[in-house]
Amino acid sequence: MNAFLIILTGSLVAITCGLLGCFLILRKMAMIGDAISHSVLPGIVIAYLVAGSRDSTLMLIAAAITGVFTTFIIEFLNKHGRLQSDASIGVTFTWLFAIGVILISAYAGQVDLDQDCVLYGEIAYVPLDSWITGSGINLGPRALYIIGFVLLLVIFFIVIGYKELFLTTFDPAFASAIGISVTLWHYLLMTMVSITTVASFELVGAILVIAFLIAPAATAYLLTDKFKTMLFLTVIIGVITSFSGYYLAEWINGSISGAMSVISGLLFALAFLFSPKEGIVVKRVKYGFKTN
Amino acid sequence: MSAEIENPVLEIHDLTVTYSKKPVLWDVDMTIPKGSLAGIIGPNGAGKSTLIKSIMGLVPIASGYIKIFDKDLKEVRKNVSYVPQRGSVDWDFPASVVDVVMMGRYGHLGFFNYPKKADKEVALDALRKVGMDAYKNRQISELSGGQQQRVFLARAIAQQADIYFMDEPFAGVDAATERAIISLLKELADKGKTIVVVHHDLQTAPNYFDWMVLLNTRLVAHGPTQEVFNDENLKETYGGKLTLLSEISKLLENKRFPAREAK
Repeated sequence: MNAFLIILTGSLVAITCGLLGCFLILRKMAMIGDAISHSVLPGIVIAYLVAGSRDSTLMLIAAAITGVFTTFIIEFLNKHGRLQSDASIGVTFTWLFAIGVILISAYAGQVDLDQDCVLYGEIAYVPLDSWITGSGINLGPRALYIIGFVLLLVIFFIVIGYKELFLTTFDPAFASAIGISVTLWHYLLMTMVSITTVASFELVGAILVIAFLIAPAATAYLLTDKFKTMLFLTVIIGVITSFSGYYLAEWINGSISGAMSVISGLLFALAFLFSPKEGIVVKRVKYGFKTN
Repeated sequence: MSAEIENPVLEIHDLTVTYSKKPVLWDVDMTIPKGSLAGIIGPNGAGKSTLIKSIMGLVPIASGYIKIFDKDLKEVRKNVSYVPQRGSVDWDFPASVVDVVMMGRYGHLGFFNYPKKADKEVALDALRKVGMDAYKNRQISELSGGQQQRVFLARAIAQQADIYFMDEPFAGVDAATERAIISLLKELADKGKTIVVVHHDLQTAPNYFDWMVLLNTRLVAHGPTQEVFNDENLKETYGGKLTLLSEISKLLENKRFPAREAK
């Protein structure tokens, strides 16, 4: 039962992150997930210090605000400071993360909110933290509800905004020429990424969140040149990653998050070598060694 | 030398656009009559693309106003069609030809409406007009430069607009595509549509366009081709020396940010 709950949680995180990741890599913004997953820390700490509790909804809202604020600073430095976008990302998130670390060590040292749990998370504890009602009925792991809700939110967002997201990603100039606000959809997407990142990294840690945001989508990108297929493949790859990652961890008796990250990297490597379109091995076999 | 016309479909008054204090367009005043096939001509860096982008509301304008059909762009968006430079998008994007052409219908669909059968018909019809209907299910990464340009043109036609703004549609396309595009544009103009094209090839310009805008940061001349396309105006547009204005602003720019390349 615990294995099932952990794989299910891992899959939901992978799907949620992967769907958004498809848009991020096509917008050449893959590292924004990295930035957000770190820079939301001060927002969470401040929310905790002000409210005095680790209420999940409050954390999500605080993180979403900090996440959007982060992307706003990145955009600002990029546009008005004429700094390259990767440099703006690097400057912004390290600085915000550092503030978070200082706040934790200075004010929240005694409580259950430390840097280890933020960075590495621990998916193995998911089944332990159950949601038990007032009358004592066990409704299953709390984490499952949170990430399930966020997944529904992300699917809803992509379904209603599909055209706008697709167009603003492919051709922002044309999008704004026909009256679709590129800025609005950028920030809506960033809000989704922030919420997803925070809901996920409490469960699986920041490193696996970044892996899930980028690797399955990048793998799918190599396997297809249809966008809808790419979204679909990302979901499948996410589930495979979570499943085989769990059993790899059990086999080597190691970290589950770590094993899942390793599997996502392995799957990418397989696609890179053997993808029917882009795989370098397939190209060599088809066209000989002369062409690249 | 400027032509004043009655009831223009495009009217630009006192337009100035600057990029970090450096003027790209300076005090441009121009009009374009209905049904014309107009070329915007000028050397590199003359502000041709910027002119189209400012008409489409893509760059902030420092002063002046732009009226299309005597209204603001916001009110007539559905009647205005835009073809960005081909190089402005990533052609490795996972999309098919028909996906891209269908984007021309998005402006008519509004939020949360998916394309209907009628929209698909319009898109396929647009593809037929540019001779790309056989390629409708191809992935855009598999197209040649000329085919990419035809797809962009089909997307603009699918917008079913009355005025078209095109940024360098002939750049890097094969001769057959260039001929196909120009005959299609002439056909559209004959139907009363207005077409404004950024173009940099002086050889072909007088054959293609019946109205011309000669631009080099400032407006040099605009009017019917036979009236404005002459040696004197061309010399002024392309003349060896930079105008005093851009020289001064370049000096200022260099002094302020000595280590930076001008964009």
